[in-house]
Amino acid sequence: MAIRAVMSGKWLPAISLVAAFALGVVAQRGGLIDAIAKYRGDIAFLSQQHMKLVAISGGLAIAVGVPLGLWLSRPAMRRSAETIMQALNLGSTIPTLAVLALAMSLLGIGTVPAIFGLWVASMLPIVRNTYAGMLGVPAHFVEAATGMGMRPAQILSGVEFPNALYVTFAGIRTALAINVGTAPLAFLIGGGGLGELIFTGIDLNEPGMMLAGAIPTALLAVLVDFAVGALAYWVVPRGVNPLR
Amino acid sequence: MIKLENLTKAFDTPSGTVVAADRINMDVADGEICVLLGPSGCGKTTTLKMINRLIEPTSGKIYIDGKDTDRIDPVELRRTIGYVIQQIGLFPNMTVEENICVVPKLLGWDMGKARQRASDLLATINLDPALYLKRYPKELSGGQQQRVGVARALAADPPVLLMDEPFGAIDPINREVIQDEFLKMHRRLRKTVMFVSHDIDEAVKMADKIAIFRAGKLEQFDSPDNLLAHPASSFIADFVGTDRTLKRLRLIKVRDAMHAKSPRVSHTEAVEEAVARMNEQGYEFIVVVDAEGRPHGYVDMQAVRERTGPVGEHRAALPATVRLDEDLRAAVSTMFMHDVRWLACVDEQGMFAGFVTQRGITRLLGQTYRGAGGPH
Repeated sequence: MAIRAVMSGKWLPAISLVAAFALGVVAQRGGLIDAIAKYRGDIAFLSQQHMKLVAISGGLAIAVGVPLGLWLSRPAMRRSAETIMQALNLGSTIPTLAVLALAMSLLGIGTVPAIFGLWVASMLPIVRNTYAGMLGVPAHFVEAATGMGMRPAQILSGVEFPNALYVTFAGIRTALAINVGTAPLAFLIGGGGLGELIFTGIDLNEPGMMLAGAIPTALLAVLVDFAVGALAYWVVPRGVNPLR
Repeated sequence: MIKLENLTKAFDTPSGTVVAADRINMDVADGEICVLLGPSGCGKTTTLKMINRLIEPTSGKIYIDGKDTDRIDPVELRRTIGYVIQQIGLFPNMTVEENICVVPKLLGWDMGKARQRASDLLATINLDPALYLKRYPKELSGGQQQRVGVARALAADPPVLLMDEPFGAIDPINREVIQDEFLKMHRRLRKTVMFVSHDIDEAVKMADKIAIFRAGKLEQFDSPDNLLAHPASSFIADFVGTDRTLKRLRLIKVRDAMHAKSPRVSHTEAVEEAVARMNEQGYEFIVVVDAEGRPHGYVDMQAVRERTGPVGEHRAALPATVRLDEDLRAAVSTMFMHDVRWLACVDEQGMFAGFVTQRGITRLLGQTYRGAGGPH
């Protein structure tokens, strides 16, 4: 009976809480918490740097990716859009590390090539989802809007984009998850961020240092995902938001 | 109100030029419902969409209220024409209220006035504004959505309404209800309506004028009764169906088919009086009415010829009555159901008004064929 109750998930939150607590106790006993706490100053500084990388590259990706997706969905682009999307899809198969390496060879080392690399890597899902979301808007909405006397720009902002917004947000969510997860690689080309603790920790075989970088990275990824999810929940109109 | 003059649309396709609409001439009067009817690909939708310039005509003119629409900016023109499509096209990201307010907003109405209008319109289509204004389209049934679609088209009170198979996607039962509601609303608002349909029954029910299209050409433009009685070609005769004369039953109200001098007798009068009246008017039966004038049965010539006493004692019950505002289809159906050759008609108060007979109906329907060389 007890096992069935556990399996049914009724006790799951309680059990995970106990497990997390136990894990914490083990970590504390093993001195791991102390080892991580040693890097408190580094964590604070590098997290900030990390977030800056994510914010700038992610922000740029949204600022360029969404308009690009919208532009590709315009009737005038109908013919070339598929070709361009194919090219972009091909681009997204290039591993991010390779993108960063290419960025470095073009732009040298430092923050700028790191931001550029992250921007390229996270822009593709945004373009793809914006474009797909726009194509998914049924043609009769546009016909009704045109027939009622809306101008093309009004149709885009008032009808098409709001109806594509949910899919667009899914792209932004994916893109930012990729971005946060890839940002540690920026350290390899001198971009800084939490990767510094992770990679140095690996090189020095120092688990405390490695975790001091890895845990905040993981937390940041969860936090960003949650934030975008919450934003989508409130920004996407209720009529086209399956979550509301 | 709407005048089409040699309206033509030719599409260039890889397999050559296709003429979707070929020199269409039509004149739809103010407040009329004109149904564009025909098989798919006949050019009816193309013709409709040229009126609000969703499709640019190749040549020809469109006049609305005497104004050449070529001289009006297409976007401005569309804001003065209500438009309803089969897929309804309510914007899912907007509430019912926002959907209805789209055109008023485009026209720069004050938001308070637009909201008030939305609320009034919902009330006219029998949806409680308090309940539905803030709902999203996905929270409405198909029939409710189409009602809102019509309300949205009427929002800015346009004189002209274009409807592209507006009730095509609604189940038959709801369709009848919505058609009736629309007709009721139309009698009040008197908009000029162009209505695309492929359903002859819908056309006969809704239309003041029917335009039948075939392969881009306007084959016949006529009143429903004329179209059914005198189809101009074998194509139209086939399209309207072999039961086209039966369809005409729907177009005639009982009131108009009723015998002008239907004899009646009060239940207190003598049988001799009833017989005298039947002989005088040339009928084999007479309706018995009570003191107020309600039908109270009938007496048959054969049954009472040799009897005496008040009529009330000899009367037989009426199997059924029919209201004056019903159509002949309902009357004939009732006759068949009760196996009778005539029916007593009553007005709104239930008073006897006269009767309709099978023979009278047959003569009425046949009238148009006599002297016209017989039926086609």
